[in-house]
Formats: sequence, structure tokens, C-alpha cells
Amino acid sequence: MRAWYFSENAYPYLPDPATFPSIRVSLPNRNFDPKIGAELYHRYLDEWQTAEDVGLDLMLNEHHATATNLNPSAAIVLGALTRITKTARILILGNPIGNRRDPVRVAEEMAMADNYARGRLEVGFVRGVPYEIFAANSNPVRTADRLWEAHDLILKAWTSHDGPFNWEGRYFNYRQVNIWPRPYQQPHPPVWVTASTAAQVDKIADFGHVAATFLTGFDASKTIFETYRNRRAVNGQPMHEDRLAYAALVYTGDTDESGYAGARKLLWYLSANKVATQFKNPPGYASLKTAAALLRGASTAFDRSSSLEQCIEQGIVFAGNPDTVYRQIARHHAHVGGYGHLLMMGQAGFLEHDETVRGMTIFAREVYPRLKELLITA
Amino acid sequence: MSVATAKELLAGGVPLSYLDRGAGAPILLLHGAGGLPPDAPFLDGLAALGRVIAPTHPGFGRAVLPDWIDSVDDLAYIYLDLLDVLDLRDVTVIGCSMGGWIAAEIAVKSTARLARLILVDAVGIKVSDRLTRDIVDIFATDPAELVRLAFADPSRAVDPATLSDEALQIVARNREASALYLWEPYAHDPKLPRRLHRIDVPTLVLWGESDGIVTPAYGRAYCERIPGARFELIPNAGHVPHIEQPEAFVEQVARFICAPAPSLRAR
Repeated sequence: MRAWYFSENAYPYLPDPATFPSIRVSLPNRNFDPKIGAELYHRYLDEWQTAEDVGLDLMLNEHHATATNLNPSAAIVLGALTRITKTARILILGNPIGNRRDPVRVAEEMAMADNYARGRLEVGFVRGVPYEIFAANSNPVRTADRLWEAHDLILKAWTSHDGPFNWEGRYFNYRQVNIWPRPYQQPHPPVWVTASTAAQVDKIADFGHVAATFLTGFDASKTIFETYRNRRAVNGQPMHEDRLAYAALVYTGDTDESGYAGARKLLWYLSANKVATQFKNPPGYASLKTAAALLRGASTAFDRSSSLEQCIEQGIVFAGNPDTVYRQIARHHAHVGGYGHLLMMGQAGFLEHDETVRGMTIFAREVYPRLKELLITA
Repeated sequence: MSVATAKELLAGGVPLSYLDRGAGAPILLLHGAGGLPPDAPFLDGLAALGRVIAPTHPGFGRAVLPDWIDSVDDLAYIYLDLLDVLDLRDVTVIGCSMGGWIAAEIAVKSTARLARLILVDAVGIKVSDRLTRDIVDIFATDPAELVRLAFADPSRAVDPATLSDEALQIVARNREASALYLWEPYAHDPKLPRRLHRIDVPTLVLWGESDGIVTPAYGRAYCERIPGARFELIPNAGHVPHIEQPEAFVEQVARFICAPAPSLRAR
């Protein structure tokens, strides 16, 4: 198993949540102090460098109009990371191409970053969480269709080397697609796509891309991974665990107590996610069944306010001493039928720099070697 | 009158489901973003005035949504096809809210089969500057606030919590279809105000007096752009006067339909 260190680069220094209706979409940016924010940007880059130093691969993402993530352009952070790291693979998960107006720009940026990284780039495509719709101003209906057309166009742009081609599709129109540079990796960087519904998973499996799922715990992850494996089998295509990835909050301490204490700070990511009702359920984003349940007031995967114990029980958080963390991951890994990548959110909220470094260091030294074995024995 | 079962036909290749109630001079009723409530009292009232043809827009209710359809412009052409297929003449087109936008788009394309136009709390145009939103962003407004804006008496709104799962899924489907058609530019066609001068049938612009989604001032601005159009307010009603004040609504329609039509059209 490969482990990827991931941080959402939050800005946690906010007023009392009772004073604002939503941390997403509508929170005024007067709450962002550039003097604090600039320091945070550099601190978070330092932490990615440290993650590389302790032997982890790196993952980054983007969100818009939110204090939970200061990276509205993951491509810019990616550019910095390609230059300040040397060996780690870097996963951008991802480009919200269902919301983006210009997929060719994404193809260009990723090809360019892959050259800077001398081929260490892995490119993710995501539909994005529901609230992203409002900042992107993209129609929430048919985002999956737009994502796949953009995906097809980007792969075509990466792999066309004989001058311009024409693209007059359902959602995107171009007459002279001819990107410079082409990607460093040939034919193109590895592709990841976030997986939620079975229909999406089937398409990801057809292409053989990596399917990544976030905080889906035991049973939902199992369903997603089984769908992928079954589709590969039906297609008569080979299957390997490295096609599947799971993202969780992870904090490892010397003792269970110190591990739990770090993890409690990570839970800021869930507890701070106060989202106004109207931004949780944009029309057309979820299935009709899910949308109807949300209209009735159901909670979503991203607005839990569970205790640490509940989150560990649900497989959303792996935390404790190295043995405990290993056992939790191994149990989850076995339950869902195995996966080849663990995407670890190792910093959130008020988890300070030294705490962040300690957590990832203990993980890399004490847990990671055993997880690498896990793949072989699974 | 009992609830009529929906009829179906192909208009321009698009499967359409529609209510066909009453008899006499045809009335094409175009519903708004909330969908068509088949047992609403105002439908009985309209069916007493003529033959009401009330399609469910593609994507709303249980209506099929072909994957190429995504705009009010598409709907306007589909309903022009519907008028052709049913060979309706001297039609009174009534459009509520988003349906009013569709009705206006139909009328600027062709009034050949139209006798009259009635826009009810319609959206579809922009009148203010680029920083001023004319139409409340229904997709980014707190649901409770939306009810206060849409109704003169919020207690008249349906509480989604009281609906069955099946009915709630229809609500979700209506929201989804609304977003498809209204998202961007938000609930209007920037070119429509430049085309409203083409409307050459008598037009009534009806507005709920306390509509907080699109205000009566917006309605008056709409009215001023349509040659010879008349503006009327319905008291004690918000964005859906046909739901809140069905009797006053039908009375306004009846008065307009029975009134001798001023000859705007060059015959």
C-alpha cells in the first residue's frame, strides 16, 4: 500500500460559528487576515516537504470560497510542490473538471506541472463536493456528463502530438487544440477519479483509472470497491489493488492517548463544516432518492459531528498508537476487500506544525512499513 | 370535475405529457419551477373558461427529459410544435413564473396561433444593472426565507416534511429541472428584452402584490416592454397568485379573455 500525505490547508482562525450561517460559499473574506494566511501557505508547503522527507507521497486538492481550504487553485500549489520536492509522487485530487469552463487549460496546466515534476505527477479529476457548485457558478445538472466529456478531451489533448485537432462536443467546443508542452510521462500521467455512485465507478473501471473514495467508511467503501472489481472482471480486464484508494483522517502518536489527542484536533475538518441548508443540496447534484432525503433534513457524509470514538468505529478516522492505527487500517482494508492507496489527511484545524510533523513521522516510521506488507499478504 | 389523466404525444420528436381539460377556446398553461399541481383549484376555474392544455415541462414531474434539451428556448420551440400537432388556433397562453418566460419566448418567435398572452409573475428578462439581481436566487436562499418571499401567507406553502417519499422525489426532480433551465444566465435571456416588441397580441401581465421573488416593479418593467400590455396586481398573493388567490386569478383571466381583444395585429 502507498500512503499519501494530504492537507486541506485550512484557515481555522474564525469567529464563533454562531455568528455566521455557513463556512462555505458565503463567509466573508474579511475574516481572512493575509498576514496570517501567507504564513499558513508557507507552513503547509513545509509540511508537504517534511512528508516527502519521511517517505510519504503527497496529495493536494482545491476548494473554493471556503475557510476550510485556502487553495482555490490546486495547480498553483502543485507548481510550488514540483519545485520544492524531489522524489515523492504528487497527486492532485483533483481538478474539478465537471465545473471547469476550460478543460484544455487543465490539460495544459497538468502537462506543464508533469514536466516540472519530471514525471512525478498523478492527475485526479473530481466532481467536487456540492457546495463547490455555487462558487464555480456551474449548472449542477449533468455535471457527471460534463466531467466525462472534459476527461475525454483532456486525454485526447495529452495524447495528440501531430498538431491541432477539433472538438465540437455536447458541452465543449474548440477548433485548434494543440497543447504545449505535452506531458513528461507517456502516454500521460496516471489518472485518478473520485468515485461515489456505481455508474461513475463503472466508467472509472472501464478506463482502468484509480478510483478514490473519501470518508465512506466500511460498507459504502466496500460497495464502491466491489463495483470496481466486478466491472473489471465483467470486462475481462486485469485487476490490482493499486486501482483503489481510500481517504481518511489519520493521526499516529507514541501512545493511544497522544494519537487520539491529535485526531481530535483533525476532527475540526468535520465539526467546522457548518454549511447552510441551501448550499448542501444543489438541485441535480445528488440522486433523486438522496436529494429527497436531504430535503427531509437528512445529514450528509460531510456534516457529521460525531465523537472521535464514533468516527474510528465508522472507519473515517484511524488514530492511536502505531499498533492501534495499523490494526484499524488492516481491519478496514480487509473489510472492503483491499485497496492500494491510503490518502491520509494528517493536518486540519488547529493541529500545530510540530504536532503535524510528529503524527506523520511516527506513522511513516512505525505504521507504513507494515502497510507496505499488507498489500503483499492481502 | 375529476382530475383528468395526462395525455401524451410527440411534439417535434419530444414525448410530452399534458392535461387536457374543459372545452372551447384553447388555453395553453405553462407551469413554473414548482411544477404542475394537477388538482389545484385554479385549474378547475380555467377549465370553465376554455379547453386547458397544460403540459409538464420535460424533466419536471415524471416527464421524459431528452438529453439534448437544456434551455427555455428549447421549450418554446417544443410548445410551438405542440400547438401545431394539436392544430390549436387563437390560443390564450398563460405562463406562471418560469412558464411566463417560456410564454414570452414563444410569443417573440411566433404569434401565428396565439390570441392572447398572460404573464403571471414571470421571469425571463433583466432590467437592473450588473450588480443588482432582479430575481431572487432560489437555489442559494434559505428554504424558510424562500417561502416568506414567495407567499403572501407562508402558511399556504406545502411543508416538504409532510410529503411522501415519492412526492418528495418529484419535488427534487422539479428542482433539478428548474436548475437545468434557469441556472445561467440566471432565470433570464439577455436578448429577450430586445425582442419583446415583436409581441403583437393583447397581453396581460398579472402579478402577486407581495411577490418577493420578482417584485411588482419588475413586472411593470416587463409590461412596459410589451406593446399595449396591461398590468394588474392580485392582492394578498405572492409569487404564485394562482395558488394563493385562485378565484381572483381566474377572475382576472376571465375578464381578459372575454374583453373585446384590441386589434394590435396587422391583419
